[in-house]
Amino acid sequence: MFLRRTCKEVAALLIAREDRDLPLAERLALRLHLAACQACPRFERQLLTMRNALRQWRHYSQE
Amino acid sequence: MMRPNPQNAMAIEHQLAEHRAYLLRFARLQLRNEAWAEDAVSETLLAALAKPQSFGNQSQLRTWLVGILKHKVVDTLRQRAREVSLDSDSDGAADGSQELDALPFLASGRFARAPSDWGDPEQELSSHQFFQVLEACIEKLPRAQGRVFLMREWLELSCPEICKELNLSATNLYVQLHRARLRLRECLELNWFGQAS
Repeated sequence: MFLRRTCKEVAALLIAREDRDLPLAERLALRLHLAACQACPRFERQLLTMRNALRQWRHYSQE
Repeated sequence: MMRPNPQNAMAIEHQLAEHRAYLLRFARLQLRNEAWAEDAVSETLLAALAKPQSFGNQSQLRTWLVGILKHKVVDTLRQRAREVSLDSDSDGAADGSQELDALPFLASGRFARAPSDWGDPEQELSSHQFFQVLEACIEKLPRAQGRVFLMREWLELSCPEICKELNLSATNLYVQLHRARLRLRECLELNWFGQAS
């Protein structure tokens, strides 16, 4: 299945997304997996929390 | 013409001393080299002294100093690119903790245990304690990983810019950033977010 990804592959994509744009097909595969999986959305939320935390830290480091 | 004013000079010196420790903390975290960090901060303060008219508002002064420091730090990284890339070769082998570079997965590619709930991704995290934990976790990253990670997250450089400054391949950079993010996640889980649940 060309759009099927394992959690391991999805975790790698989610981390990669922090530093580069993903190809369209990967973004689509990611969406599909996240909609069907229990564990991966939690991992995604952890990464989004980190993104938010670093943004707040950056702001603080500038004051 | 401005005449020398000892009182004014002392006031400026006092202000700079206050900011020095603060600037040094970020320079150390980013450069991972005491001498480089000291130099970058000294250059920053020298540049500030060349424009004493900027010494008005305290919070603006700090923002302005941090801006100068970031430029000095990028200059240092560029000049030291060769030494910086030598560190990246030794990182992986030297600290022997490769398992930190991977999440636990089953052979099927599923999570061996589900990631824990860290709460609302948009939660307010700007407490002194949290930033201390975050900085300690960043400091614990292997040297080369920590440097490229902060080039992204503190200096806010793009990946192509980092590759150019350090003369790194994109693949190499992505591997380092990937590992840094995983380690940081693990460290924050253990020392902050895991505590709640």
